[in-house]
Amino acid sequence: MKLGIMVSEGPYTHQAADTAYNFAKAALEKGHEIYRVFFYHDGVNNGTGYTTPPQDDRNIVNRWSELAQQHNLDLVVCVAAAQRRGIVDADEQKRHGKSGNNLAPGFRISGLGQLVEAGIQCDRLVTFGD
Amino acid sequence: MDEMDMEEGGAVKKFMFVNRKAPYGTIYALEGLEVVLISAAFDQDVSLAFCDDGVYELKKGQDTKGIGVKNFSPTYRALEGYDIEKLYVEKESLEARGLTEDDLLVDVQVLSSAELGAMMAEQDVVISF
Repeated sequence: MKLGIMVSEGPYTHQAADTAYNFAKAALEKGHEIYRVFFYHDGVNNGTGYTTPPQDDRNIVNRWSELAQQHNLDLVVCVAAAQRRGIVDADEQKRHGKSGNNLAPGFRISGLGQLVEAGIQCDRLVTFGD
Repeated sequence: MDEMDMEEGGAVKKFMFVNRKAPYGTIYALEGLEVVLISAAFDQDVSLAFCDDGVYELKKGQDTKGIGVKNFSPTYRALEGYDIEKLYVEKESLEARGLTEDDLLVDVQVLSSAELGAMMAEQDVVISF
């Protein structure tokens, strides 16, 4: 089955971020295709590479990056939601004159059309949030 | 996008955006509305449902001066211009909050919880905010 995933809540604050990852991993292990993972609302915080949890805790951001690398996943962070919350890639950093960029490896920033497109293209769009 | 859909059989999917949160207090309603506006560009069969505190999103006379947040409720009036005309409001949610259809700033269809549930079951994609 071709699956789209939407993550609407931030890492560590909300279980949804963990559940989405566990779902994605399990779906891939079962042989399903993940067309795209779209991060929205506070979910965009799953894509900040500045995340530095205590060493004895899981690193939610790195986990996504690693899964993306292993399975060539398309991890998309909503541009408008990301800008509100201070998540920028190198291009956005330049455009907005910021002092750094923090988009984690394996993620890309794009628009909301990517979410709607996932709804159109996928057999199921599965959302994780409140 | 249109061409791609036609190549793949011209299927238009039924999208329902379910609005469950009060317009202010959290960002879900505002960011949800942003998705709805973008969806209009994809020529899909889009509808909106309002239930729980989401019915307050459509309340007339919103005044946000006191909280310093932009009043985005006029945008709901603009949905018609995007050809988004199917707005469903759950009857029980209105009643529980002492509201009637006359309190709302756009024309809607009021449905019972069961009717709205049946409508949801017909959708291809349901995204809730």
